[in-house]
This record gives sequence, C-alpha cells and structure tokens, in this order.
Amino acid sequence: MAPAVRLHEAVALAGRFPLLAGASLEVSQGEVVHLRGPNGAGKTSLLKVLAGLLAVHSGEATVLGRDLVADRRWVRREVGMLGHQSFLYEELTVEENLRFAVRAARSSEAAIHPALEQFGFGGRLASMPVGRCSAGQQRRASLAVLVSRGTRLWLLDEPHAGLDQQGRDLLDELLAGSKAASRTVIFTSHEHERAEAIADRVIHLAGGRVVEPPEPSAQAALQGSAARASPTSPTSSGAPANPTSPTSSGAPASLASAGSPAGPATAVTEASAHVA
Amino acid sequence: MLRDAVLVAGKDLRIELRSRIGLNQVGPFAIAVLLLFGLALGPDRAVLAAASAGLFWVAVLLSTLLAVQRSYAIESADAARDGLRLSGLDPAGIFLGKAGAVAAQLLVLEAGLTAGVALLYGAHLSGGLVLIAACAAGTLGLAAVGTLYGVVASGLRTRETLLPLLFLPVVAPVLLAATKAWNAALAGTPGRAGGWLDVLVVFAVLYVAIGTVAFGPLLEDG
Amino acid sequence: MSTPRFALPQGRSRALGVLGAAALVGVAATVWLGLFVTPPDQFMGNLVRLLYIHPPMAWVAFLAYGIASLASLLYLWPRTRAEHFDRLAGASAEVGVVFTGLTLVSGSIWGRPTWGAWWVWDPLLTTTALLFVLYLGYLALRRVPGEFHVRARRSAIGALIAFIDVPIVYFSVEWWRSLHQAPTVLDPTTHKTYVHGSMAWTLLLGFVSFTLVYIWLMAHRYRLGKLEDLEDTEGLGAALAERRAEGEAA
Repeated sequence: MAPAVRLHEAVALAGRFPLLAGASLEVSQGEVVHLRGPNGAGKTSLLKVLAGLLAVHSGEATVLGRDLVADRRWVRREVGMLGHQSFLYEELTVEENLRFAVRAARSSEAAIHPALEQFGFGGRLASMPVGRCSAGQQRRASLAVLVSRGTRLWLLDEPHAGLDQQGRDLLDELLAGSKAASRTVIFTSHEHERAEAIADRVIHLAGGRVVEPPEPSAQAALQGSAARASPTSPTSSGAPANPTSPTSSGAPASLASAGSPAGPATAVTEASAHVA
Repeated sequence: MLRDAVLVAGKDLRIELRSRIGLNQVGPFAIAVLLLFGLALGPDRAVLAAASAGLFWVAVLLSTLLAVQRSYAIESADAARDGLRLSGLDPAGIFLGKAGAVAAQLLVLEAGLTAGVALLYGAHLSGGLVLIAACAAGTLGLAAVGTLYGVVASGLRTRETLLPLLFLPVVAPVLLAATKAWNAALAGTPGRAGGWLDVLVVFAVLYVAIGTVAFGPLLEDG
Repeated sequence: MSTPRFALPQGRSRALGVLGAAALVGVAATVWLGLFVTPPDQFMGNLVRLLYIHPPMAWVAFLAYGIASLASLLYLWPRTRAEHFDRLAGASAEVGVVFTGLTLVSGSIWGRPTWGAWWVWDPLLTTTALLFVLYLGYLALRRVPGEFHVRARRSAIGALIAFIDVPIVYFSVEWWRSLHQAPTVLDPTTHKTYVHGSMAWTLLLGFVSFTLVYIWLMAHRYRLGKLEDLEDTEGLGAALAERRAEGEAA
C-alpha cells in the first residue's frame, strides 16, 4: 500500500533560514505517529509542509499520493490541521464555524451535528460565539471542525494543550480509532507518556531533519520495524545497523541520490562529513 | 469559484453584522473626516458645497483603507493567510467574496456620507442616477484594489503603513473620475458625467479581473 | 568552503567602462552646449535651456517604468520566468525613481517662471508625480522580506497592479485638464516654433546621453543585485550545515 506521507531530503526555507534541512520519513496509512524533538527542531514546520502551507525548496515530498513540490494547493482540502492558533472566527458561533469549514472543504453537512454532539456542543453551546467560549472549549471546537471535515490525514500541533481532562480523553479516543477509520495522524506533543500510549511510532526531529532517537534502547526496536516497512528510503530514520550513533548516517549517499542542486549540496556534504 | 465567493462574502458580512465594527467605528471615522474637512475649509458653505464631491470621495478612499484592514483582521490574527489557505477555498473566490463584502459595507457607508455631505456642506443632491452609478463603479474598483493589496499587507508588521502607500496612488484615477462625475451631477448637468463613468467602469472591470487572477499567488507568498 | 558554481560577474568590464565614459561625456556636452552654445529662445529666453535636460529625464523615468513593467511581466510568464527579470525590474525601478524625482524638480523649476507657479496640474507632470509615488510603493514592497521567488513574484504582481494604472491616470488627468484649457508641456503648438538647428542637436544629445546614464546605472545596480542574491545562495549551504549541526548537538 502506498504510504500516506513520504518525504525525502526535503528542505523548507523561511527566507534564508532552513526550517527543514533535509527531512526524510515515511508514514503508512492508518498510522498514528508521534513527532517529537526539542524546541526549534522543525516539528511545526514539518506539519506545515505536509499541509501544503510551506513550500518544499528541494527534495521530494508526497502526501496522499500527490507530489507536493508540483502542487501544494490540492492537499489542503484533504488534510486536517490543528495549529497553535485556532482558525475559528470569533464572532461566529461554533455551529456557524463548523458549517463554514465544512462547506469550504466541500464535505457533507451531515457530519456537523454528530461532531457537535461528540465534542459537547449539543444544545445551547452550539450557538455560543466562539469568542465567548473558554480556551478549552475553543480547542474542542477546533477538534469538532477537524472531525466534521472528514479528512484522511490529520496534522496536529500539540493537540492536548489547552484541553481539559474530558477533552483529552475524547482526543485519545479519536486517535485510537484512527486505524479503523483508515485515518493517518501525525501529531506533536510534549506530553510524552500520553503520546507514547496512543502512538504506533515515534519519529524524532532535530535540526530540521529526522534523526536517530537520543536514547537507543526501546526506540531502536520501533525504528527498526519502521525501517523494514520502508526499504526504499536510504535515510537516517532507518539505520538498524547502528542505532546508537546519533549522526547523520547515510547523509552523503542520500544527498548524492536526491536531485538537489549540486552547489550548496556538495558544500553541505563536506561540512557534515567534517562534523561526522 | 462563485460558490466560494458567496460563502466568503456571506461569512464576512455575517461577522460584520455581529460585531458591528463597520457601524461603530468606520462610520464614525468617515463622519469625523467630513467634520474635519469642514473645519479646515469652512465655515463658508459655498466653498464646502463646491468641494463636496471631492471631500466625499476622499472620505470614501480613507474609509476603504479601514474597511480592508478590518476585512483581514477578522481572519485569525497573525495566521490570516494560513487559515484562508487551509480552508481549501478557491483563491479567486476568496478575492471576490472579500472584495464584495468590503464593497457592500462601503456602499452602506456612502449612503450615510451622502446624507452627511448634504447636511454639513449644503450640497444640493441632484442627478441621483449618476451619483449612484459613480458610487457603484467607483466602490467596486476601490474594493478590488484594496482587497488585493490588503492580502499582501495582511501578514506584515508594517501593514498599517504599507497598505495606504500602495493603495492610495493606484486609486487616484477613481478619485478623479468619481469626483468629476459627482460634480457634474451636483451641478445639475449629469450628462457631462458620461465619460467619467466610463473611466470608473473600466477601472473596476480591470482591477476585478486582475484581482481574480493575482490574488491566489499573492495569498501564497509569505 | 567550496567555490561557488557561478562565476562572479566581472566588476570592471571593459564595455561598461566605455559606456560610463560615453555617458559622462554626453551629459557634460549636453550641459555645456545647453548653457553656452545654444541661443536663447525667442519666447522663453534662457529658460529654454532646461529643455535639454527635462524631457530627457522624463523620458528615462518612463523608459525605466516600461522596462520594469515588461520585466515583471516576463518574470510572471511561466515560459520566460528567470531570476534576472526580477533583478532587472528592481534595478530599473530604483534608477527610475531617481529620474522621476529629477523630472519633477526640473519641471517645477521650468514651471515657476513660465506659469507663475512651482506646480501646475499639467497631465504629464501630474502623471509623473503619481509615477513617483507608485515607484516608492513598489520599492517598499520589494523590501518586504521573503525567499527570492516569493518576493520576486509578489513584487512582479505589485508592479503590474501599479504600473497598469499609469495610462489610466494619464488619460484621466489629461481629460481633466483639457476641460479647463490649461497649458501643457507637450502642447504641440508651442513646441513647433522653437526647436531647430543647434537646439535640436543638443536635445538629441541630451536624450542619448541620459539614456546611456540609465543603462550604465542599471548595469551596475543589476550586478549588485546579482551579487546580493549570490550571497544568499551561498548562505544557504552554510545555513543548512548549521541547522543540521544543531540536530546533532542535541
């Protein structure tokens, strides 16, 4: 089965600064992946690239079978993203926000009421302007929008933040049901225990690339199984031979094989060779 | 595209109805501008009456800036562009919808300003059809250019100063033509306004067309 | 550090030097001829001497505008999209804004004795003034930060939105003025009488030399832009390496 998401040495820039400096990963359909890494590692940028918001400067990127480098816009209707800020309109009610989002995404309006019920907006609360809702309620409203759009890929940036206990349980339930719904989820979270409990796999990000996990032990087993599932990418995320070395293994080889411009790439190869 | 335009326009107008910012802030701003002009040029009503068309349209131009800024402010704060892009809406539709909503609000404002100009400056309202036609075509052109430049300025910290700098020079012909058309109408010779109305229509058509095509790329950049 | 893939554009190219010298000589000659050799006009007196620099400067202002617009269009058109068009547009706008300013000043100086005012709402002058502000807006837009192609596309669209306005402005203002029958710079009746002989040659020299100045300034500004962009590309390699090192240190 084709992977839901595939990145190969993807570089994404903000002006001159590389948000992603050659990230490579593969996620299969129905997988729930926890993306973790230190602050500034590029987790939000990675999610933005997958949502088609951030352009891929070089490298390959395929989401749900479509090449992101060629066309970023198509993917936006197929993807549900939960960011740090809510994309809700404060003056509109929860229900109106849902209706707008669903119509914009050309999804079925029948999904609106079940979503409202599911997130506790049945009844009077649905007609509350979002601006007057509490932060937790707004978060839940964003989740309701996400669910009602019915997309196949979810990109969640710290979804647990701001949710009350009830909300968190709801979210975990949703994520757990992803495989059955053949929905792929990639999320970031600083709540590692909760994340680990629901995720099928963990991907570590640091310095704009996917790296080996800092602690080998249990991660190696997970990484190894991931590597076996994606034999085509000779990237750093799959290096079962030496799980302990946190360096950019395979980097020179993959740089040469990727179609990136010769100039800066060779400079980087030499630089990273020196570092390694 | 049109479906998305209606959706976006409806959303923008509904938000305006709820928040009433246009009514509570942009309207009073426009009235204040008229009053200030009165202070600057009056109190001789003859002078003011002669200048009322020009003063009216300057007030409209300045109000357009506020209306456009507001149009983008209602999108989620700093993530204005991201939210619109993620929605999956057709960019041309977003442009038409937003410009349409801005134009609608401006037309309501202009109705109020017309009354203001008649009251404060003693402008003798005649040639109503020409007045309305000029408003329609002129406002459309203003809304198109404003919405187009507005999306460029929306993500920036310099938006409050960049937008006026970009917008005002480009809409100078609208100011000129609309004022002349109104002058003709107010002076009781609406027939003279024909050519000026043509200019307004050409401008509006041109910039709505440009906007439909250019809005998408401008929305992406940033 | 590896050497860049592109050869650095030569700073002191022969042709450019010759061009610069020719431009300088041309302008100097125009000024000298204009001030000392050509006769004063029968109507305007010595004021006509401004004729040798004002129209040439206006010509360059509008030439620059045309080139900036064309370059922007070419950049946007997928088949002809290339970085040098964006740089060309930017360079042309910068040179253009300077000449537009000079045109306004010289026009104003001419206007004062001629029409008794430092400024008249003449169609050409008014359009030039508006062009000036449009240029400033365009240059402000170019300064908004972003990746090269993002900024280039945004600027190109901005250029077209602004510059497509200029003909509309010109015709509107011209019609506006014609309704009030005011004197215009390009009034054919006043021009027919006085440009002849040495005056015509000086005027022609003026046009040619100012155009050469424009080309020379453009070439240098373009080269500067190319170097700036080269620095950015170079910087990318280093930035990538730094970023990855971040990850390894973590």
